[in-house]
Amino acid sequence: MTTTDSGRLKAAESAKGNMTVRTESPVTLIRPPRGWQAVNLRDLWLYRELIYFLTWRDIKVRYKQAVLGIAWAIIQPIVTMVVFTFIFNQFLNVKPDEGISEAWYPIFAFAGLLPWQFFQGALQRASTSLVSNANLLTKVYFPRLIIPSSAVAAGLVDFAFSFVIMIGLMIYFGVPFTVQLLWLPVFLLVALLTALAVGLWLSALNVQYRDVQHMVPFLLTIWMYVSPVVYPIDIINVSKFWQVIYALNPMVGVIQGFRWALFGTNPPGWMFFVSLGMVLVLLVSGIFYFRRMERTFADLI
Amino acid sequence: MSDIAIRVNDLGKRYRLGALHSSNYHTLRESLVGLFQPREKVPNGHIWALRNVSFDVKKGQVLGVVGRNGAGKSTLLKLLSRVTEPTEGEAEIHGRVGSLLEVGTGFHPELTGRENIYLNGAILGMKRTEIERKFDEIVEFAEVDKFIETPVKRYSSGMYLRLAFAVAAHLEPEILVVDEVLAVGDAEFQRKCLGKMGDVAREGRTVLFVSHNMSAVLRLTDETIVIDQGGLIMRAPTPEAVDFYLSRGFAQEGQRIWENGEVPLSAAPFRPLAVRVQNGQGKVVNTIRSIEENALEIEYSLSAPVTGLRVGIYLMSTRGEYVFTSFDTDDSADFERLAVRPAGRYLSRCTLPANFLNEGRFVVGVNASSYRVKRYFQDEQALTFTVDAAGAPGMHWPEARLGPVRPRLNWHVEAIEA
Repeated sequence: MTTTDSGRLKAAESAKGNMTVRTESPVTLIRPPRGWQAVNLRDLWLYRELIYFLTWRDIKVRYKQAVLGIAWAIIQPIVTMVVFTFIFNQFLNVKPDEGISEAWYPIFAFAGLLPWQFFQGALQRASTSLVSNANLLTKVYFPRLIIPSSAVAAGLVDFAFSFVIMIGLMIYFGVPFTVQLLWLPVFLLVALLTALAVGLWLSALNVQYRDVQHMVPFLLTIWMYVSPVVYPIDIINVSKFWQVIYALNPMVGVIQGFRWALFGTNPPGWMFFVSLGMVLVLLVSGIFYFRRMERTFADLI
Repeated sequence: MSDIAIRVNDLGKRYRLGALHSSNYHTLRESLVGLFQPREKVPNGHIWALRNVSFDVKKGQVLGVVGRNGAGKSTLLKLLSRVTEPTEGEAEIHGRVGSLLEVGTGFHPELTGRENIYLNGAILGMKRTEIERKFDEIVEFAEVDKFIETPVKRYSSGMYLRLAFAVAAHLEPEILVVDEVLAVGDAEFQRKCLGKMGDVAREGRTVLFVSHNMSAVLRLTDETIVIDQGGLIMRAPTPEAVDFYLSRGFAQEGQRIWENGEVPLSAAPFRPLAVRVQNGQGKVVNTIRSIEENALEIEYSLSAPVTGLRVGIYLMSTRGEYVFTSFDTDDSADFERLAVRPAGRYLSRCTLPANFLNEGRFVVGVNASSYRVKRYFQDEQALTFTVDAAGAPGMHWPEARLGPVRPRLNWHVEAIEA
């Protein structure tokens, strides 16, 4: 493990001229790693601008050669919403949550797709992020946590665009805006942390086992159906025990929260806290696992 | 203690065998299967890429690091730049380390020159304000101001390299680690890079300079360490260390044969096979006599026809001076005759005239290129050989003669005043 000691050296006070130059040079100790490592926050802070630059690169590159560019961020959720409305609402007769007019199904689905597609994109990018940045990992030092983090953060731009569409749809459907809307960032943060937590696990595993790449699309398909994206949470009409199991999926709490903030459906209750607890467990374990594997990335990738 | 920039103490790095080779990741299935099977004990399943290496570098010193491919130089640099972590020992680094392990790391082809400067700067650890401050200087150094808003995928390889080097060179770390950046780029660019590195050194920053270019090592460094088989085998003033390095390990038998894996893929369709030194009797030898006519030959194959190819040698003394450069199509008639060389196997051979080289050790470099089109292959230290001056002019005085050549000149002495 490498630590940047806070011990500083006052280097050469130059005698030349009337100016005294005082260079502070940090001392870095390079040692064999031992055991489990926590996050080196100081290091992350030093490299904070890199998170921004890598996120910006991901966004820029993603849309640079696409004719429709950023429009893809809008087309995807809208087309999905239309298809879901036909299949699930019209043909399979799935209704939105109680208290929401049935005609609102499209916007109900869109409210679920909003966090879901953010999560899906973020997780997809995060899980392959280390492998696709292999050239950086083997050449330059920086805290490796930055790579999956910026992959997750890059999804926020897409989210912002589809959120604008959400506002437009709410106006179109005549959904009243309430103060609950202010809670939305909290639920978005939970979605972001979920993507990061799972992304840390999967990206680190992917360095060693490329099976992860094949697993992720499959995992995400299953995950969407165990999250209340196309159906209301009320239809999970099972025993308390199974409800707890269901709520272990952090996206359950997130989507429930989104619908509450947007339409004032049932407020997220205990289920949200189960989801939240699960996120924390995944995140802390993810960070430790990632830090443990980090030291072999450059050798294995 | 504050005048030490780098202190390395018993540093070692062990790799698992197999981790060094291409299939270095496992599938989940293999690991799952492994869980249920007794672990196979691989007795020598590890390899020490570096072991028991200790040295220190003073602030403001420029230290050369030489060693053959696979000797452990890259591992040492990776450890010092924190890309990978050591297995044992420790190193203490005073100050920010900037590594030029490979120029252009993190460049994205779709992004413009401007965008890549910012991105690459951030990857190398520069602050945004720092990049802004140096932006104009970087662009000027790279000579790409007209193309700064063009995606770098449209850059020529020269522009690309210049820009990449410019960003890295303006990093201004206290410690600069440079690995083989000079192996690429044209002569003009190399001169510029060397100049910039000289500036860095004069500003009192510490430089670790790793290169196969012995003349650059000799020019830039005062002291050099030699690494071989994962260990530090010598630390000495550069001329001594370079001489030691060149005389050790390299083909001593008078020829160098390239095995399959040794030739970079980028050399295709050119494939070097061997370079040999032959004495007056046509024998492949390590030591030739100065007074005989000797020969140098390069054997190679072409997997496709090549237009305008020239295959040649550099001859360099172990003090880093070039003695000459010569190509097999230096004669313009030959160049026209061999305008296109069809695929096949070739031997390019030249003679070294008698009474030409001084005693000492020489290094043969090989170059295969099409002028201004492509350099297919280059190896600046393909082979070394020794010249024995027995019988050469002036041998009745047992003193070392200066200079790499020892011609037998026709002296005429006459008394003009009795």
